[in-house]
Amino acid sequence: MPKVLRADGMNKCIGCFTCMLACSGVNRQNYSLSKSAIRVKTSGGLQGKFISIVCLACRDERACAEACPSGALEKRPGGGVIFKAQRCIGCRKCETACIVSAVHYDEEENKPIICKHCGVCAKFCPHECLRMEEVDNDL
Amino acid sequence: MIYEKYIRVLYIDMTENKIRIENRADLCEYLGGVGVATKLLEENIKPELDPLHEDQPIIFAIGAASTVFPVVTKTVAMFRSPLTGELGESYAGGRMAMTLFLAGYDAVVILGKAKRPSYITISRNDVGFKDARALWGATSDEVGRIIREREPGGGKRSIIRIGPGGENMSSFASVCVDTYRHFGRLGLGAVFGSKNLKAISIVGDRSVPIKNFKDYFKVYQEIYNRVTDTEIMSKYHDVGTPINIEPLNAVGGLPTKNLRQNVFEHGESISGEAFAQKNLVRKMACTGCPVGCIHIGQLRREFDKGHEYEVISVGYDYELIFALGSFLGVKTPNDILDLIDVVEQMGLDAMSTGVVLGWATEAFMKKLITEEQTIVPLAFGNVASYKKAIEYMAYKENDFYSVLAQGADKASDVYGGKEFAMTLAKNEMAGYHTGYAAVVGAAVGARHSHLCNGGYSLDQSMKEFNKEKIVDTLFAEEKERCMLNSLVICLFARKVYDRKTILAALNSIGNNLTDEELTAIGERIYRAKLRIKKALGFDQMSVKLPKRFFETPSMSGQLDEKIAYELIGMYNKKIEEFMAAENR
Repeated sequence: MPKVLRADGMNKCIGCFTCMLACSGVNRQNYSLSKSAIRVKTSGGLQGKFISIVCLACRDERACAEACPSGALEKRPGGGVIFKAQRCIGCRKCETACIVSAVHYDEEENKPIICKHCGVCAKFCPHECLRMEEVDNDL
Repeated sequence: MIYEKYIRVLYIDMTENKIRIENRADLCEYLGGVGVATKLLEENIKPELDPLHEDQPIIFAIGAASTVFPVVTKTVAMFRSPLTGELGESYAGGRMAMTLFLAGYDAVVILGKAKRPSYITISRNDVGFKDARALWGATSDEVGRIIREREPGGGKRSIIRIGPGGENMSSFASVCVDTYRHFGRLGLGAVFGSKNLKAISIVGDRSVPIKNFKDYFKVYQEIYNRVTDTEIMSKYHDVGTPINIEPLNAVGGLPTKNLRQNVFEHGESISGEAFAQKNLVRKMACTGCPVGCIHIGQLRREFDKGHEYEVISVGYDYELIFALGSFLGVKTPNDILDLIDVVEQMGLDAMSTGVVLGWATEAFMKKLITEEQTIVPLAFGNVASYKKAIEYMAYKENDFYSVLAQGADKASDVYGGKEFAMTLAKNEMAGYHTGYAAVVGAAVGARHSHLCNGGYSLDQSMKEFNKEKIVDTLFAEEKERCMLNSLVICLFARKVYDRKTILAALNSIGNNLTDEELTAIGERIYRAKLRIKKALGFDQMSVKLPKRFFETPSMSGQLDEKIAYELIGMYNKKIEEFMAAENR
């Protein structure tokens, strides 16, 4: 069964940012917060809560894929999309189409940053904020 | 700079509003962190000028492996301390190291003085000098909030700032880093104030391609697993550093009521467990640290009749519970959190604040000072008075509080009571009355902190009293920590980062060092620190130890003043030989 990322334990987040550093490192081979597909930030400074902005693994209809004019985003089994970089023209329509702002943008590469639901961030989360969930194939 | 053969230094001139960048290959032999900062301090310090003269430098530095390995999270600050007049060195976590790394600077040197209150913004492609006139007078929280809303880079940003204590140049004013971390000790906040520098906002949004990903990630994972899956770090996350309150109190090592006692009768009610059960609401971490040792306690405070409450969240740690708790006879977690919050808002060092108030309380009891001077009656356990007194120190309310704001050593120069002004070489003591190694360790430590050489820890691990062993161990640990702090790892992870691990980590990012070279780096740094101390007029043999250390029994029993001075003499001989060996 396919798996998708669930960031439903964010109340427990300690703000170590290891998930972001791991995502950028493993998926993009960069020391970076900017290239991570998951973004953790505070709402209202450090005294506020930590929130994560990451792909929610939409099923059935994917707004980002619908908005893509060049077929660079394909439906991923179970939820979310697969990014075909060579088809992307950098129009950023996917970025605005995602109403939870989970399509981040890599200004250096001029390409969107699309979560693969690979689970690296969950593996390196020390506080059970992130987890992988098995889901039915919706395709 | 990672993968490069140079250290990238950002020089900021606040008088001229100019910057310059230098890529310094020559600094590589100091590795980074405290090594680079020590060398930059040596180059820029002005021994003939007052610590708060505008020509004195502020140095920040990160290390060769900052952010890219777990728990390598600290930034070091160096300056001439207004509290001791000599070597100023302080560490803070938070997000600062990550932002400097991802803004592309290994070190920052700040010189000069702004014409008006200012804050600085640092990013990879710009440095801004901004108007902070309206922020002058703001508490640490307020200035953080305002800059957070004004400046870009949320989530990849660090905001460091001072409160009223720094503006008014209290000798032990702190610099707050990202709300819950601090450059606490030795008065960096006052140096900020002397430059009209209210805050610095740093944005780190670069990406640095990783070389030899496989090698690097293998080492990263090994370290990550040891940090998260083994017992080495768990105490820091679980109850946190306050776990030590109860055992230290049980063995008579918890300084209480200005060290009139070594056991606090209410120790149990201010234990780590008590805080965890009554007040702990969350834990937080510095960027890149999966441990999360920052413990946040919640205090519900009634501000008016009619069930009017405000809720505040306050970070707490062992040293704060000692300084503002046992040392002042304050016996509940709520009262301690209440005092910590005032210290936070005023922007003072919590440890010095508590120890200075301990002296003031006893001086008041002994009628060396009067209520006319203190404005409020000082007594152990009187929280309402202490809250006021902390504000009076930050604002230098009258002549008395102006003196008090210069530390317990200075206050006892003016008003007497030297024998119970609990400082070591002018720096207020830490929360350990464990034995000779704690007292001597801080007296001989380069910056007179318990963390220079961990004497308090040596006292607790040493089976049998042995003078040579104490001196040799303190000396070896001081050098080793110079090396560790050049990386700059959090010292909580010092057992994870043994020599083998450090070499594997550095080698995996292309820094091919040997064990011998690490030793040489530690020694090189220590020698540079000793040179600076000498230039600033520090004389180890003229350090006077307050009598109280030898009146109140320690964890290791009654201490003998003569033995303590003998140990200091032995240590001094050792560093004289150490310095002479370099010239041979």
